[in-house]
Amino acid sequence: MKASQVDKKTYYRGIAMMPYDLLKEVTFATLGILAVVLVLSAVLSSPDVPSVTLQSWSKANPVDFLTTASGELSGSTIVAGYGPPYNSGSGSVQSWGPLSPQSWAGVHVPINPPNDFVLQPLTQATAGDAELASALSTYQSTSGDQQQKWLANYTTGLGSATVAADGTVTVPAGDYGPVSVLMDRMLTLARSGGLDALLLTSDHFYQTDFSRPLLFLDDGGYIADLATQQKLIGSDWGVMNETGRYPGSAWLWLYTMWYQIPPFNSDTGFLGISAANTDLAVVGVMLLLTALLFLVPFIPGLRDIPRWIPIHKLIWRRHYAEMRRQAAAGAQKSP
Amino acid sequence: MSSDSAPGTGDPTPPTAQPVADDETGWTASVRRRVEKTLPITELLPTKQPAYIGSWVYLFGVVTIAALFWLVISGVVLAFFGSAWWHVSSVGLFFNSTHFWSVQMFFIFMVLHLWGQFWGAGWRDGRAKTWMVGVVIFSISVGTAFTGYVIQQNFDSQWIAINAKDAINSTGFGGLFNALNFGQMYGLHVMLMPIGVTLLVVLHIIQVRAKGVVRPIDDPMPVAP
Repeated sequence: MKASQVDKKTYYRGIAMMPYDLLKEVTFATLGILAVVLVLSAVLSSPDVPSVTLQSWSKANPVDFLTTASGELSGSTIVAGYGPPYNSGSGSVQSWGPLSPQSWAGVHVPINPPNDFVLQPLTQATAGDAELASALSTYQSTSGDQQQKWLANYTTGLGSATVAADGTVTVPAGDYGPVSVLMDRMLTLARSGGLDALLLTSDHFYQTDFSRPLLFLDDGGYIADLATQQKLIGSDWGVMNETGRYPGSAWLWLYTMWYQIPPFNSDTGFLGISAANTDLAVVGVMLLLTALLFLVPFIPGLRDIPRWIPIHKLIWRRHYAEMRRQAAAGAQKSP
Repeated sequence: MSSDSAPGTGDPTPPTAQPVADDETGWTASVRRRVEKTLPITELLPTKQPAYIGSWVYLFGVVTIAALFWLVISGVVLAFFGSAWWHVSSVGLFFNSTHFWSVQMFFIFMVLHLWGQFWGAGWRDGRAKTWMVGVVIFSISVGTAFTGYVIQQNFDSQWIAINAKDAINSTGFGGLFNALNFGQMYGLHVMLMPIGVTLLVVLHIIQVRAKGVVRPIDDPMPVAP
């Protein structure tokens, strides 16, 4: 009869049994972990680096903020050309051969950067600001080509911009059309904290979706600079790191590791896997490995590894010693 | 109140305390019969176990459950006072710290338990389902931890959400599972995923108790004469 089909009395035949107090073990483990957790919490606390806001970004690095804002208005940022689930672009769409689940899924979190990040918030801020209302009207009634010329000139001007002690950004004189007014108000709005709220507003009162402000932040360089200082970027195994000197998600070491090695971080790639589709490839590899782990009991070779590498001799060393002792005793008794 | 015992027979045992009879039918009798067969109280709360479980490896599982217990308790406290509480209260920060370190303990001992069971080939002798449920628990726990990281409402959660979105989007699930949507992540983290992990852990414990601890490798069950 198979070992999987017998009752426990039969299954454990020949095995020495010992008294066992399950509830005592559970209680001691629970109290022990509580003690460790309380000590670690009292001594080391936990990480809590304050979040970045559009306000803190615009105050700390106003030129980066304006560069990003003007990029959003011109539709030239990463998010503007991202693709699903935000829009119909293709800049961040990943595929492997004919497999492109990102494209297949379509747009489900629609983001229109020029409108959502700049024009709509500014429109909401026009109350009592005739100059802004006029600038918006001029901008929106102008051809797309002219808008792009103004924005290109403004972006060039930002390269020579100066920042005063009070945070005011001065761009050299140029042909910016209404863009200079729009960007000036964007900076004012952001520095006041108003833009943080305006990017969250929607057609209903309650709001818990931070997609728009986070995508706006992601288009800038400020949050990435802070992450670099905290060693949280991908090339620093950032996925499994934590701010400060705290342990992070160490259980993600294998997932993070793939991003550090070819072909996942290679420009040329191998078998269609490269830095261009690294996320899709890494997720695919991890799903495959998880499936293998799940099915270990049924995969010849994989399920035999514990027999080939006898770590079990260490786990059950006392049991095996007892087996050897009994075998030796049996041999001595035999004539 | 009724009783199956005839008056005057002197049998004080209430009928519900007796094992379900073979001829009893119905859903309840069927479930009771199955439970009594697979998980009698002697197996659920055993007082004797094979001597070979006297190894540190066998503590990793119970310690993982202990960490999960404190993880849930500290999480309930944090959920009760609201997501912003621990940023503005020293008491809240302490409870967040207990949650943080419970997570670390939970994963450390869960991984040790996983490796212990792998090197002991714990899936042998009809225990494959126990192993598979364990792998599912580990996978869902990783997802639960992820949703926890992105609802911290601090720099870490911002950066993790921003980075993770690309991997999630690449799979086509970015619209369904939006790491930038705090409300969605909060709901998943404080309710659905912990319930899922806890229920699966209960199932895992029942599987372990019902089947018993697997025999050591190279010491198979003796074949009946």
